[in-house]
Amino acid sequence: MTVRLDGTTAAQVASAISEERFRQGSSAVGRVLTLVIIADEATQADAVHAAARAAREHPCRILTAIPRPGHGPAQLDAEITVGGSDGLGELAVLRLRGPLAHHVESVVLPLLVPDAPVVVWWPGTCPSTPALDPVGALAQRRITDSAENSRPLHLLQALADGYVNGDTDLAWTRITPWRALLASALDEPYDEITSVVVHAPKTNPSAVLLVSWLLGCLKVPVTIKASKGPGITGVDIHTVRGDIIVSRPDGRIAAIARPGMPDREAALPRRSIESLIAEELRRLDPDDIYGEVLERFAAGVTAAANASDPGSGKKPTSKRSGATSSSSSTPVKK
Amino acid sequence: MRTQIWTPTGNPLRDERDRRLPRIAGPCSLVIFGVTGDLARKKLMPAVYDLANRGLLPPAFALVGFARRDWADQDFAQIVHDSVREHARTEFREDVWNELSKGIRFVMGDFSDNEAFDTLARTVEDLDRVRGTRGNHAFYLSIPPKFFGPVVEQLERSGLSASHNDAWRRVVIEKPFGHDLESARELNDTIGKVFSSGSVFRIDHYLGKETVQNLLALRFANTMFEPIWNANYVDHVQITMAEDIGIGGRAGYYDGIGAARDVIQNHLLQLLALAAMEEPLSFDARDVRIEKEKVLTAIKLPSDLAAHTSRGQYAAGWQGGVQVDGYLQEDGISPTSQTETFAAIKLEIDTRRWAGVPFYLRTGKRLGRRVTELAVVFKRAPHLPFSETDTEELGQNAFVVRVQPDEGVTMRFGSKVPGTQMEVRDVNMDFAYGDSFTESSPEAYERLILDVLLGDPPLFPRHEEVELGWKVLDPILDFWAEQGQPDQYQSGTWGPQSAYDMIARDGRSWRRP
Repeated sequence: MTVRLDGTTAAQVASAISEERFRQGSSAVGRVLTLVIIADEATQADAVHAAARAAREHPCRILTAIPRPGHGPAQLDAEITVGGSDGLGELAVLRLRGPLAHHVESVVLPLLVPDAPVVVWWPGTCPSTPALDPVGALAQRRITDSAENSRPLHLLQALADGYVNGDTDLAWTRITPWRALLASALDEPYDEITSVVVHAPKTNPSAVLLVSWLLGCLKVPVTIKASKGPGITGVDIHTVRGDIIVSRPDGRIAAIARPGMPDREAALPRRSIESLIAEELRRLDPDDIYGEVLERFAAGVTAAANASDPGSGKKPTSKRSGATSSSSSTPVKK
Repeated sequence: MRTQIWTPTGNPLRDERDRRLPRIAGPCSLVIFGVTGDLARKKLMPAVYDLANRGLLPPAFALVGFARRDWADQDFAQIVHDSVREHARTEFREDVWNELSKGIRFVMGDFSDNEAFDTLARTVEDLDRVRGTRGNHAFYLSIPPKFFGPVVEQLERSGLSASHNDAWRRVVIEKPFGHDLESARELNDTIGKVFSSGSVFRIDHYLGKETVQNLLALRFANTMFEPIWNANYVDHVQITMAEDIGIGGRAGYYDGIGAARDVIQNHLLQLLALAAMEEPLSFDARDVRIEKEKVLTAIKLPSDLAAHTSRGQYAAGWQGGVQVDGYLQEDGISPTSQTETFAAIKLEIDTRRWAGVPFYLRTGKRLGRRVTELAVVFKRAPHLPFSETDTEELGQNAFVVRVQPDEGVTMRFGSKVPGTQMEVRDVNMDFAYGDSFTESSPEAYERLILDVLLGDPPLFPRHEEVELGWKVLDPILDFWAEQGQPDQYQSGTWGPQSAYDMIARDGRSWRRP
């Protein structure tokens, strides 16, 4: 059942949640975390839907904050749903009007589940330094989605500059199945790798992170070859004795060819937002690998910029491991 | 630069800090003997699909069925398809199924049929060529134990048990692992002649359950339980596995085996070992096994078995609103059968930690409801600063791990009843696995099959543990064999009067789980 409270306060929202919870006869459920979604009216419905489905795996309190700045007076309107047939935990959609739109944290703070982790997710536009955002600062984990921003590669670079433990981006989460498939390909015996080519649209943020990851692990040149998508369409691993070719032209099934072995196929579907969020909520510890991948990506971009513009006076940072080899793969828009 | 930690295989894309990457099995096939059985249809084949759907099987995977039916590959694929549609945990996805079905093969034959095993050997070689399974094959014997010997010999004769280079061959067997110490040793010798001990995986699906693994997390990852987990505070421990069903169509298997061999020897003694063992040096298979073996070795039987054990047979009655037959009236059971369908025993553990703390184990069919739990019951407070009437309703504190159903943990303690009087009554505090981590819990068989394919042994009991289990049980079984007919108990109740009497002798009572 949904309760509507217009012109309310955080305290009233909190008591409405626990009243509703009590009315349903379960005063203590195992909410393991609070998920704060900061969205606009256009993105909130899909985000809440995905989060609610992911919440079946991780029962949580979902607070959706929709800042609606404007000339009117400060006002908080809330819609509260507790329980429900889809196994949803607790959901509050909070609309913050007028000057209140700039003080989301003041409403969110009193509504956090006590002594449980906080995760913030920006399904659309996000701050370029999430950890400095007032709500982001409350959280153990900050989820951005660079692919949903207008200039994803620029954003990734800004995220790299402001990276702190607990930051994560869904562009990285999207490639977990790709990384798993490539890792399992190298579980089998293989020859010395000379270079790798990733096929993807040039500005695909997932592809540049995959490049950065491969570069750091394999220490060989890794480049992007432009393709039309959808998403990453293939990865070619060149070895001294033939190539391991993984191609996924249709976004569904990957074909794997390697020297001396029969061709194989594996289902490798593009992922739903729901499964991305479920994966993010599964582990709340810092993702060191992501931090390194992001740092290496940003270093590569800087190095490339310096290489193409030697008069800029900046000191090249190409000393960082392997950064120069990715220079051709990371276009910089000026 | 931060240091990189490579996994032992040296795969540069694997890093143990990378927690997102799942463990995916390498190229291999799973050969199932007894594909027409219930277990294969309801558990094994759906678990294989669920693993594929979760992306945990390699692209080079094959599933081979072996049975007496006159089936072609497609017929078997259809059987697998139906069982997946009906029993799989995860949603059905056409793409996943299509990939999986390309590696499905069927071999028709008898266990005594040399030709069939030669065909199987050719099929498996063919899979290496067509699917790229690289000579890695696991043989799952989902068949009655009396066929283990013939099948294993056939595997050897046809060259299926031998592997080359880095390839592996593994064999998977299900309980019961023998019916006493001697037969367990014989079975082990039979299999050991063909497969090395590291290639034999004994499945006790209880050990694959999340709650059982969580028992170790609860005990060794927290500070609040371990200090009181000893004879200073624990009064006794009760381990129960109750089923509400009868033997169903399993008369042939069950008669002559009975509840103690079927359940206590493996599940309950494993639960006891996990609950009572000392902290292992690490969670490596070897370290955990060492601790389990130590505690199993320290088990002491009561000297008067008549007073401290109980066995029963379910009689006709009403169970959950349905009228049911007694054991002796079941199809295929002799009316004079002395097989017990209920068994309860008292054990002690001769260690400093558990000195004087009895462990009561019970199991049975057609009991009140289906439940498996481990209950640690604590001593009463040495002094109660309340009047006797205040605490009349206060029982003993208890810590209960529910293994199934409703996996979780319950704590029972006293709380003041609201009001002006001081009255203390028992309350429960509950942690339900399903509430805090819903749906992600994989089926035990998914975990276990994946572990077999990965060659990861921690969850599989070793032969030494099996032998120790029989050493505990054999004297009790010998004693019971001389006692004639087991006590009758009405279906739908919690066992025979002798079970109540046995625990009452110690001044205690069974929990009603």
